[in-house]
Amino acid sequence: MAWTPDRPLVSIKDVHKIFGNLEVLKGITMDVMKREVVCIIGPSGSGKSTLLRCVNALVPIERGSILVEGQEVNDAKLDKLALRRKVGMVFQQYNLFPHKTALENVMMAPVHVLKRDRKEVETQARALIAKVRLTGKEASYPGELSGGQQQRIAIARSLAMNPDVMLFDEVTAALDPETVKGVLVTIRELAEDGMTCMIVTHEMGFAREVANRIYFTDGGVLVEHGPPKEFFAHPRDPRTKQFLDQIL
Amino acid sequence: MIVDRTDLAVLKPFRTGAREPWRISIWHGVALAAALAVAVGEAQAQVAAGEPGIVETILKWTPLLAQGFALNIAMSFMAMAIGTAVGVPLGLAQVSLLPPVRTGSWFVTQFFRNSPWLVLLFYCMLLLPFELRIGNTIVPLPGWLKSTIGLSLPVMANVSELVRGAVRSIPFGQWEAADSLAMSRRQTLTMVILPQCVKRMTPPWMNLYAILTVATPLTSVVGVSEAMTLTGDILSSEARTELLVPMYLYLLLWFFIYCYPIARATLALEKRFAVK
Repeated sequence: MAWTPDRPLVSIKDVHKIFGNLEVLKGITMDVMKREVVCIIGPSGSGKSTLLRCVNALVPIERGSILVEGQEVNDAKLDKLALRRKVGMVFQQYNLFPHKTALENVMMAPVHVLKRDRKEVETQARALIAKVRLTGKEASYPGELSGGQQQRIAIARSLAMNPDVMLFDEVTAALDPETVKGVLVTIRELAEDGMTCMIVTHEMGFAREVANRIYFTDGGVLVEHGPPKEFFAHPRDPRTKQFLDQIL
Repeated sequence: MIVDRTDLAVLKPFRTGAREPWRISIWHGVALAAALAVAVGEAQAQVAAGEPGIVETILKWTPLLAQGFALNIAMSFMAMAIGTAVGVPLGLAQVSLLPPVRTGSWFVTQFFRNSPWLVLLFYCMLLLPFELRIGNTIVPLPGWLKSTIGLSLPVMANVSELVRGAVRSIPFGQWEAADSLAMSRRQTLTMVILPQCVKRMTPPWMNLYAILTVATPLTSVVGVSEAMTLTGDILSSEARTELLVPMYLYLLLWFFIYCYPIARATLALEKRFAVK
């Protein structure tokens, strides 16, 4: 069955992930529609980051199904590279390539993976760097940029592949407080542009503002989900209440 | 700095008790030169009437010694080149995803890394033929070339370990980032991982070169006419016992003068790379 935009762009069904004898994900189910922005929140170790890593097959799953635009990720014959062209990911530790300048970081994958024309890619890369408000930093090496600037370059690097969905894994958790805002603004603009986003975050204010839907995970299970207003105002599950009480 | 003046224990620099590793320093050279001067003085006092002086004799043989030393350098260059050319692919094989390749290359690496250099030298000397026939052309394999191959084996194994260690020292996030950008393993290795490894590997690689250079006199045991062998030849042709100590100290000084700049450059590079 070919995928059509009226069906979920990412469809996660009963996903189980086991590391050794630790079951990190115990049957997670969620759908993400095109242009939808979902925030996944929950205590540390609840499996949020693992779930994101399963979506672009950085981590294989033991049981269940993940469909990305109709393509099954839990498949031994999966073309991982084809999947990852559609799924962008930004990490907590930025993971920029330290031996390349900001511009080279953004250009590397489109030029070498997509085999696109270098000139054309450079134009796009400069535009992306401008979009994340870092014009003038093209020739800087990651080591010369602040954490927040590095993270915005990492977002630009991921966008350069023209992904259909972006995964954000606690992208502000390692940043100094004063640089967090710039990164969040960048993500919000992206969401407003209609990018499908799956965001794991501890920034509740941001989640409330940007998300169409909030998912709360605890101990490897999806406890509850809902639109942000309802979720934050009237959490139903006691675990959600307890979590929100602790952080809000 | 504030850190130096604080009373708070947590702000004091953490000391592990580990010392700086032993380094060759200019004082070793000064001590060596002083020892040579003393030895020359002592020997001069023993020179029989009518014999040429010690300094004069040493200078007389210096051009020959330089020829021998040039062979040491040539062998060290070649062994390093061969060892690196073979060692890098071997090291990459050690991080292969294919278990047989990984295990095989690990075995080869460990075998040659843990064999005494002199044993490898003898093996190459005795097992390699004195000439190779390729079609109708005969390629002679002189002793120095066989020794060079012998020396390149441990170099290969050490380079292999350097590569493996460097690849494994790159943070896992770099692999994940490259993976998530749909880069293939080959692209990840050649564009992301290895360029970062080169920087990390350069100082230990230079260190290995210095070790190799001072190991080249081992080939005198298997009869290669390098500086060590020639020193022995000079001493036996002179047949003057008082020359023994000054001559060998003189040879030692040659090696020091050659290796010292390499050691300093290695140290400087390590310091520069340590900052980032």
